[in-house]
Amino acid sequence: MQWEIVIGLEVHTQLSTQSKIFSGASTAYGAAPNTQACEVDLALPGVLPVLNKGAVERAIKFGLSVNAKINSPSVFARKNYFYPDLPKGYQISQFELPIVQGGSICMQVNGVEKNIRLTRAHLEEDAGKSLHEDFHGMTGIDLNRAGTPLLEIVSEPDMRSSAEAVAYAKTLHTLVRWIGICDGNMQEGSFRCDANVSVRPAGTVKLGTRCEIKNLNSFRFLEKAIDFEAHRQIEILEEGGTIRQETRLYDANKDETRTMRTKEDANDYRYFPDPDLLPLEVSVEWIEQVKQTLPELPQARRDRYMVEFGLSTYDVSVLTASREMADYFDAAVKLLPTQAKLCANWIMGEISGRLNKENMEISTCPVKPDDLAALLIRISDGTTSGKAAKTIFESLWLGECGKNVDAIIEAKGLKQISDDCAIEKLVDDVLAANVQQVTDYRNGKEKAFNSLIGQIMKAAQGKANPMQVNTILKKKLTKK
Amino acid sequence: MLNASLKELSKQLAEKKLSSVELTSFFLQRIKTLNPDYNAFITTNEEMSLAQAVDADKMLAKGEGGPLTGIPIAQKDIFCAKGWLTTCGSKMLSNFISPYDAGVIERFNLAGAVNIGKTNMDEFAMGSSNETSYYGIVRNPWDTKAVPGGSSGGAACSVAARLAPAATGTDTGGSIRQPAALCGISGIKPTYGLVSRYGMIAFASSLDQAGPMAKSAEDLALLLNVMVGFDARDSTSLQRAQEDYTSSLEKPLSGLRIGLPKEYFAKGMSQDVENAIDKALAEYRKLGAETVEVALPNAPLSIPVYYVLAPAEASSNLSRFDGVRYGHRAESYSGLTDMYRKSRAEGFGPEVKRRILIGTYVLSHGYYDAYYIKAQKLRRLIAQDFAEAYQQCDVIMGPTTPTVAFNLGEKSADPIQMYLSDIYTSAANLTGMPAMSIPIGFGEKNRPVGLHIIGNYFKEAQLLNVAHQYQRVTDWHLKSAV
Amino acid sequence: MNLSLNDVKRIADLAYIEIDENQAEATLAQLSSIFNMIETMQSVDTSAIEPMFHSQSVSQRLREDIVTESDQRVLFQSIAPQVQEGLYLVPQVIE
Repeated sequence: MQWEIVIGLEVHTQLSTQSKIFSGASTAYGAAPNTQACEVDLALPGVLPVLNKGAVERAIKFGLSVNAKINSPSVFARKNYFYPDLPKGYQISQFELPIVQGGSICMQVNGVEKNIRLTRAHLEEDAGKSLHEDFHGMTGIDLNRAGTPLLEIVSEPDMRSSAEAVAYAKTLHTLVRWIGICDGNMQEGSFRCDANVSVRPAGTVKLGTRCEIKNLNSFRFLEKAIDFEAHRQIEILEEGGTIRQETRLYDANKDETRTMRTKEDANDYRYFPDPDLLPLEVSVEWIEQVKQTLPELPQARRDRYMVEFGLSTYDVSVLTASREMADYFDAAVKLLPTQAKLCANWIMGEISGRLNKENMEISTCPVKPDDLAALLIRISDGTTSGKAAKTIFESLWLGECGKNVDAIIEAKGLKQISDDCAIEKLVDDVLAANVQQVTDYRNGKEKAFNSLIGQIMKAAQGKANPMQVNTILKKKLTKK
Repeated sequence: MLNASLKELSKQLAEKKLSSVELTSFFLQRIKTLNPDYNAFITTNEEMSLAQAVDADKMLAKGEGGPLTGIPIAQKDIFCAKGWLTTCGSKMLSNFISPYDAGVIERFNLAGAVNIGKTNMDEFAMGSSNETSYYGIVRNPWDTKAVPGGSSGGAACSVAARLAPAATGTDTGGSIRQPAALCGISGIKPTYGLVSRYGMIAFASSLDQAGPMAKSAEDLALLLNVMVGFDARDSTSLQRAQEDYTSSLEKPLSGLRIGLPKEYFAKGMSQDVENAIDKALAEYRKLGAETVEVALPNAPLSIPVYYVLAPAEASSNLSRFDGVRYGHRAESYSGLTDMYRKSRAEGFGPEVKRRILIGTYVLSHGYYDAYYIKAQKLRRLIAQDFAEAYQQCDVIMGPTTPTVAFNLGEKSADPIQMYLSDIYTSAANLTGMPAMSIPIGFGEKNRPVGLHIIGNYFKEAQLLNVAHQYQRVTDWHLKSAV
Repeated sequence: MNLSLNDVKRIADLAYIEIDENQAEATLAQLSSIFNMIETMQSVDTSAIEPMFHSQSVSQRLREDIVTESDQRVLFQSIAPQVQEGLYLVPQVIE
């Protein structure tokens, strides 16, 4: 039988606020244990939550960027369960009325566009961390992370393969960083995925029983976990078995998923509106204000690059992989609008390669967009050759000659000979010294042409403009 | 010093006829001598109280004091006070030295008042007789065989027995007004949101409200001036212009319309209480007020509604007591879950556990709509009843409690009977309206009777005026149990 | 409504409160009578009524996103049952 895999993702993004969602403690990563857990985070008796405006603003930003509805009011509820990393014995989350409702995300899979609908996105607080090592059979609890704001983004079950799920997760990852609401650091847990996976016979409509795989903190694990899980479910069904609804964990070492808890022992969370918090109202004016701060979104940027510059889908998707990259491109191309393709090639080639090698981000690239533009202008006006430009780029990277392209060209003698008279003289000299090859060429030996070019370039110490050399040589050879 | 009003004490302090250290030492000495008889205090700390008194005297010497500077106040042990053992009447917090101050404590500290000690209370404020305290029963100063009421039983007792000039209480279903009535003192629960809940250990967050307990309405006004105020740390704290609650105390009552809900004068109220209420109403008519009958048809449902909502919120509020970061942790256990279960089973008393279980049940899957949502809808109906009643009257009066103080042990075996003590008081918590109780005489066994006065939102000044005018022409509030 | 002994055990389980057989029996009797009292709520038709979660109809006030708290670990952990190297210790959490 043909099976169809159905996937929905729940992504927890840590919002990039300075302070926690309900307290004034810092959210900075990596502090000594419990030094960023204040009385509210520790749930001392009598403490109360007050909502962080920065967290709400980021949620609104997200909602606007996916064309969702911003609910007003939205309501905070308590999700009750006991766990040592959850100090209050309940998590403050949103249940019946989330701040963001609906919306969608457009992504590319193998060059094809696909739209994924979002169910909702809601604000909630993160839990602390349990450390299991080195405490003589005890677990250590660090509550620094407790109360860090999260936006949980829930998709509809619109994905049909692990590749689609990864594409969606990557698109979302780009988006939340693009609009500046999350640093996207997956190692530090700023972007965590849960995948709901089910399978059904191809062509049927009814959804199969789903399993939820928790805490997938890399795109590779997301892909592998879904592949394993789908395969597991198909195998069970093909053997006539049934799928049990449950929560599963992905074990990266064994590359398998295993049961964490079944639906039967799932908690009864006893959600109810948090009486310590009032309904959250978001005014139309506030939404409008936030809208003004939104940057041009990835999708709009992609469309613009294709229409305005005629770039390929591939180029465009690479250039919009991050806002920093796209902004770099924009800043550079502004200075030489007719050379967008050259600009794109340099960013995707020389610059990306060098950044990769040095393990750097484009935001810290020593060659700034105007440096690159200055260099590319000198290529296109023939002052220097593409080959020499690589040397100039290296100088720019190292900050030589005050990062002045012309000064570098001068200092390193990388100026191209583009003067027709000078080139004609070079050509004439070489032709005079190689009468035999000229004859050979005229007798139909095409190869002789390349040999002549080589000798001219050699005589010019590689600095002659190859296009001009080519043209002038051809002209001279066909003259008589 | 024993029977002086706060105004008189303040005057003596300001005129240097008395120092705060003398006043504080006087009450500390009384507590030392008499507390064994009443058990009104869980904790006293002479050193800390006297240090505050010394500071207060310095303020007074510089002429910088306010009306409460140097005055000892008994603080209910529900308020976190930095460096003080703060137990909330529970074994769970028998080792909890608070690392921070509640909003209320901060405001008293800022006013230069002296914390004279932490008063006994029903465990986590759950009770109407102070018998659920882990730290023992409190006796009613009018009759030591009787309960002082609860949950602010220690607070009411401390004022009635003159162990402190004034006290703080908290009121979730009647916990200021009911013990005030049973101990023959005055107490007011302000409009929800006026007094900060920050650092006040939560019982039922949407109902809890702190307020003062004292000998007279005039004293209450001075205390309220300090207690009321916006606190940014409490999302439900209201931002309003600061009011002077003493400013309208002297307003005459002519033309005041007193609403008498027929539901509160029906069966349930004992004869002695009814007699006292009738006399008080007669006094009000003499003061120029008129009485009108009003209807609160849904008010009798206050008790079932309250016993769904308060336990629901409490079951969640009390989840933080798990023996991980503070408080009681069981001695022996096998594994994490067992540690939780044993710590909580040992740390909580029977009434608290009972309410956690009720609350857990009404929020659990399949029962939420039938109980929790149903109760929240009825809460709205009750609030609508009051809103309609206030179309016809300015304040509502009735008994604070159906009977005078009952005997210790009399109702402790029957939760329902105990719960019915709050039958008249819990509606003000459900609606968030201000309400108070003042002493108006004595009933059976010469035990005090309280008059319940409920006002519309933010009408505290009016309530205090209504109470003060009565106290100007009567002397029930001046009667001392000791 | 009829509360069963199993219900009592289930909610005690949810509330993480250890309860033995005798206590469960006694609790059942008490809770049953309390729920009988609570049942009187059902006499009123509330189908057209909105629940009232808060007594004041005000909306949530927001805090500026500013760090206001500093490290007080030593003070906070001075009242903790068991700590080591700044961590709160609990019996092993098994996942």
